[in-house]
Order: sequence, then structure tokens, then C-alpha cells
Amino acid sequence: MTAEQSYEDAGDGLAHPFVKPFDVQKVRNDFPALHQTVHGKPLVYLDSAATSLKPSVVIDAVASVYGRDCANIHRGVHLLSARATERFEAVRTQVAEHIGASSRSEIVFTSGATSGLNLLASTLTQAHVRSGDRVLVSMMEHHSNIVPWQLACERVGAMVVPIPLDKAGALSLEAYANLLDTKPKIVAFTHVSNATGIVNPVQKIAAMARDAGALSVIDGTQAVPHLEVNVAEIGVDFYVFSSHKAYGPNGVGVVYGHKALLDALPPYQGGGDMIRNVSFSGTTFADPPTRFEAGTPNISGVIGMGVALAYLRNLGSDARVHEKSVLNYAKTRLRELPQVSLVGDSEHQVGSVSFVIEGVHPHDVGTLLDKAGVAVRVGHHCTQPLMEHFGVPATVRASFGVYSTCDDVDRLCDAVNATVAFFR
Amino acid sequence: MDLGELYQELILDHNKHPRNFKRVAECTHHARGDNPLCGDKLSLELVFDESGRVRDIGFQGVGCAISRASSSLMTEAVKGKTRAEVLALFDLFHRMATAPMDAEHVEMAGLGKLEAFSGVREFPMRVKCATLAWHTLHAAITEGDSLVTTE
Ligand SMILES: Cc1ncc(COP(=O)(O)O)c(C=O)c1O
Repeated sequence: MTAEQSYEDAGDGLAHPFVKPFDVQKVRNDFPALHQTVHGKPLVYLDSAATSLKPSVVIDAVASVYGRDCANIHRGVHLLSARATERFEAVRTQVAEHIGASSRSEIVFTSGATSGLNLLASTLTQAHVRSGDRVLVSMMEHHSNIVPWQLACERVGAMVVPIPLDKAGALSLEAYANLLDTKPKIVAFTHVSNATGIVNPVQKIAAMARDAGALSVIDGTQAVPHLEVNVAEIGVDFYVFSSHKAYGPNGVGVVYGHKALLDALPPYQGGGDMIRNVSFSGTTFADPPTRFEAGTPNISGVIGMGVALAYLRNLGSDARVHEKSVLNYAKTRLRELPQVSLVGDSEHQVGSVSFVIEGVHPHDVGTLLDKAGVAVRVGHHCTQPLMEHFGVPATVRASFGVYSTCDDVDRLCDAVNATVAFFR
Repeated sequence: MDLGELYQELILDHNKHPRNFKRVAECTHHARGDNPLCGDKLSLELVFDESGRVRDIGFQGVGCAISRASSSLMTEAVKGKTRAEVLALFDLFHRMATAPMDAEHVEMAGLGKLEAFSGVREFPMRVKCATLAWHTLHAAITEGDSLVTTE
């Protein structure tokens, strides 16, 4: 199946045989990695927020690039290059439609969310931030939406100012409104927290930034796999995500930028493809998105991402309803366990639940759960300021995908109970 | 490999009741150790007596059962030892904890109670939990006031 075909099938939302009712067993059959044992137990994969498993259609699409359309893009006149280029560029159009961008030229391919955020921090700071200026970054960010801003601001003598959170771990809109009075140039925040699953009111945050004259940047890495994202409705200037958390290959990501704003940005990395004309008396640069895509991109990865997003679209909103019900079941069950406390419990939550077990360090929990066949993430989740906010060094995070089930949650809770007993 | 071999009774006991979990007044050497992967932090203080032996040693901080027990058992093991003896024990411990999973023979002689950590090498993700305390001690006595990390 090519990216184009599958995307067209997705158009009416009904073409897919398993849209209604949501048949999770059928979905699970699409994911070969689910069907294995670890330490002699059937795998329970609750680490989709670190990376999602990949459906066969994605694995096959990547293989088909290397096995058939193996050529560099944008430069060959031969047929293989033409086929690869066509498949690659079709994904740009598809991504634009997937996230509600108004034009395919607003979609820049990167090597992941991290590189997308570095691209934006570097170029936006160069273009818009001067010595003494401020950039606001929320306290719940992944390090990849903190450190690039620190590095870029350091270079120009600007300041990165954290937006505080309330006790429950949600962004404090009141504190944010006050910080906007200081006239920051840029506001960067996550759509969904990777550590707690808390969903930010992105529309409101973006609108407040706009009213204060600040540019807005959203890290949508944990949102794209779980929510219907529409950048126009959100009203954000820049939106970033990674393919590999949304059922696609590793090493690929997307930066959406509003066209006029992208046009005004300087290049990020120099090299092939991103130029118009190179001369030692002065080089001119290509228009976006090409300006930001120096060098040979991850061709198979981009094509695989297209298939992954089409797969997700085909599953439709039923998959989201299913995921939400598994998350809610997990929260209910975990709350019933006396030694367990949820960290960052909110009504507005998708994809992940974080918790700690009284008297047992998350690292030990991780090892015992692994032995029980349950894969979770333990640690600070690259969100040390958020951990500090909650006053914990680390948490256990169970995260879900379209293939997750309430049985997975039961296995998790059994393993948590066994862990508590082991360390009693 | 079963969990009982990683979490031996001795380790569980020292996790629950860590020895020398304290600050050391008028310490002569100290260092902090961080494991950036899990956010664990350890602070270690010790004092040598006039004859060059470890008179007192204490640790503080947060960590998993393996790292707490390792710190605790380490402080017991090095008390009364000279700097050279401590460094030799460091080597021995480090070699045991990081020996390849399929190593046919791992030298244990001289480790005493520290043999309890022989299981960690079969849990590659946990080796650093066991060695953090030792790296921190190594830094404290070879580099003076310093900060080490497992990365
Ligand atoms: C919210 C968030 N932002 C950014 C990233 C970085 O993504 P990548 O590692 O794919 O560059 C992650 C991944 O852990 C994330 O969860």
C-alpha cells in the first residue's frame, strides 16, 4: 500500500473494515512486536509514549523504499528517483491535511521533535530575540523544549523564563497571564505532557500569546498520536512532532510553521538541497520548506510516517475513545491500590498515567514489572523541572496506544501488587 | 535469572535499614554522584584518621534499592581501610558488576558481603545503580571535592 492510496481510503473514514465497532484484537494483529514473550510472559507494552509499536503496513512501507524505490530524491532524473520523490512529497501534502495546515509548503521534515525544536529555537531566536528579551517555556516541558531555548537565548543574551504550574501539574493560566505582561517574544509549551499525559488548553494559551504579541511554539509530540490536531483551529504559529510516537519510523519529525513566519526565518543548517544558488560571492537560499531541509532526508522514514498517519486516520475517533477508556480504567484501578499515588492526575489527560509506589523507588518497580512482562518507563522522563515541581525524583509511567487493552492494565496492577509485596 | 538473585536478602535489608546514612562531621573528603538517567542523587562524606585509614563515612540522598544498599554496604566495607585498600576494592567491585553477562569466571575473592551484588551484571540497566556509590567514593578520594555522574 502506498501512502497516497491509504490516505485516500481514509478520506471518508468508512473505507476501513474495522472502524466500527472498534475491534482492538484486530488492531493488535497489525502490530507484530506485540506478539512475543519477555522473560517467559506475554508482552504487555505500556511504553508507547517513549515510542509506539509499528503496524505491519509501516514496516512494509519502509522495506518497500529500500527494496524497490531506493534512490535519492529531488535530484535524479531516473525513474527510481522520480518514484521516491513522488512518495516522499506526497507525505508533505498528507501531513498538511492531517494537521490542518493551509499549505504543503508549511510542512518541514526534520529528524525528530528534538531537531524540530532546535531548528525553531535557533532560527526564531536569531530572527526575533535580542539581548534582554524573554522567552517563556512551561515547567512541564520535555528537556528538548527547554534546553534548545536556553542554548539559543544564551547566544543572544536573552532569558528563558519558566511558566509555573498549579499543584495538580497543570499550567497556571494566571501566572502565565502575568508573565505575558513582561512582553516575551516567544512562548513555547507542550500540547500534552509526556510525563503526566496532562493536556494543555493550547487554543487559549496560543491566543493569549498572540494578544500579547508573542510567537507561539507547540511541542505536539505526545498529542498527534492521541488527539485530532488542527493547527489552524489551535491558532498556533509553529507546531512540532515526531513520527515514532505516532506509529511511524524513528528519526523523522515535522515542523509546521505558518507560511509568512517560515518565510521570514533564516536557514538552520547549510548544505545540499536548501540553496537556490551557491557562489563564493554569496549564496542564496531556497524558499521554505526546502530552506530547512539540508542534505538527504530520512526518505524511508518520511514515507513510513505517511503510512502511519494514514493508519491512525483510518482507525478514526473510535481509537481515541478506546484509548481514553483504557486510560480511565488504569487510573481507576491504580487509585484503588493503597500504596499507589497518581502524579499529575487530571480530567484533561491522554495517553499516559504517572504514579509512584510508597516506599519503592521507580527503578526497582521498573525491574520487577519487566520481569512480569510489563514494559513501562521509569525515571524522570526528561522532565526534571516537572519532577521537582511534584517533589519526586522519578515516577513510573504507563502509556497507551491504540492496541492497549484493559487486560494490559490488569496485568500492570497485578505486577504492581506483586512489587509492593516483594519489598514489604 | 530470577529476581531473588538481584535483590538478595542482604540488599533488601540494607535498602530498608541503610547503615551510615548520615552526614560526617569534619569530613576530609566528599563528593556528589548523580545518575542523570534516573535522577538519583548521592552525597558522600568521609574522614581519614592519622594513620590513613577511613575513620568514618556516611552517605545521603535518594536512590533505588540497589543504589541505597550498595552505598550502605560500601560504607561498611571501607571503614578502617587505607586509601590503597579502598581503591583496590573499588576495582574488584567494578570488575564484578560490569563483567560480561556470559563471563565464565568472575573474581569474587576479597569482596565479602559485596558479593551480594554479583547479580546486577545480568541486569544491564541496573549496573549503574550499583556502581554509583563506588564511583562517587573514587572521586572523593582521588579528585577531592567533585561531582561525578554515571553517564
Ligand atoms: C513531549 C516530547 N517532546 C519531545 C520529545 C523528543 O522527541 P524525539 O526524541 O523524537 O526527538 C519527546 C520524546 O520523548 C516528548 O515526549
